[in-house]
Amino acid sequence: MKPMDARSFPITPVAPASARTTKDAAFEYLTTRKDELIGWARKFSLFPYPFVTACCAMEFMAVSASPYDTDRFGAALPRFSPRQADLLMVVGTVTHKQAPILLKVYEQMCEPKWVMAFGVCASSGGFYQNYATLLGIDKIIPVDVYVPGCPPRPETVIDGIMQLQDKIARSRHPIVTERF
Amino acid sequence: MTANDLGTLQRELVPAAGPASVSHGTIVLVLAPGELATTARRLRDEFGFDLLLDVTAVDWPNDALRFEVVHHLYSTAHRVRVRLKTRVGAAESVVDSLCALYGSAAYMERECHDMYGIGFRGNRDLRPILLYEGFEGHPLRKDYPKLREQPLVAYREG
Repeated sequence: MKPMDARSFPITPVAPASARTTKDAAFEYLTTRKDELIGWARKFSLFPYPFVTACCAMEFMAVSASPYDTDRFGAALPRFSPRQADLLMVVGTVTHKQAPILLKVYEQMCEPKWVMAFGVCASSGGFYQNYATLLGIDKIIPVDVYVPGCPPRPETVIDGIMQLQDKIARSRHPIVTERF
Repeated sequence: MTANDLGTLQRELVPAAGPASVSHGTIVLVLAPGELATTARRLRDEFGFDLLLDVTAVDWPNDALRFEVVHHLYSTAHRVRVRLKTRVGAAESVVDSLCALYGSAAYMERECHDMYGIGFRGNRDLRPILLYEGFEGHPLRKDYPKLREQPLVAYREG
């Protein structure tokens, strides 16, 4: 893991002139942008809801377990209630019969929420094109990051998580108002 | 029971002298729709075929008798398989249910009804099992359009 630099840690400690004489003055004040602060907090506390339907589940286990370890990115603890989750990971093929369930799970998640399409089946239907398969979950719910592969390598998933983290860090976080 | 018993099976079970053969170690009997239930009962009671493995169908769209309903039976005592093929037409694609003989027939017949639209006389619960309520047509029939989808959720715009 890279050492923390100013970009990954947007809070810059500034010691006020009046306090510079005291011993622990360095963290008396912090200056940052509010969106950056909230985004920084959110991007390292993703709570995934694994909507796991098919063989990609094996890769999801691999990427969650210690050799690859999504905990390093703050996305380790799966919540099996959509109300406690903010990252919906759709792992595997979604059929037309399952689509109402997926939509209901998505609608039960609280804002802010993000969606990852894990593997080609969730992204586009993959090699399925028939009466049964939903050709990509983005036909029914918005998707933030698509992870290709059949199944994706753990590195690909981690790259997807990191890209999602960048997206979260760059986003507006309207919870922060002028009264904050 | 060995493959030598094929002649016996054929003589005993297929009075109409439908063709019988051995395919990859499986005895194959071709039956008329009316013979299915009685033949299956005799296979179970007299020949020890105690396990119903599968119920499926084949669609031959150019044949007069379009559907071939296929049952696979297995004898755990003799370790022999038998395949029953029953031809039915598109207008009257109904065969007798084997629910009374084999409990496992109920779900497999439902699946076959889903996929091919075969009716099973005597199976009182032919609701969709793999498909969903409101699905039109039978997707494993050859005339079901390959790309026809029947989504339950409205697609997003764009």
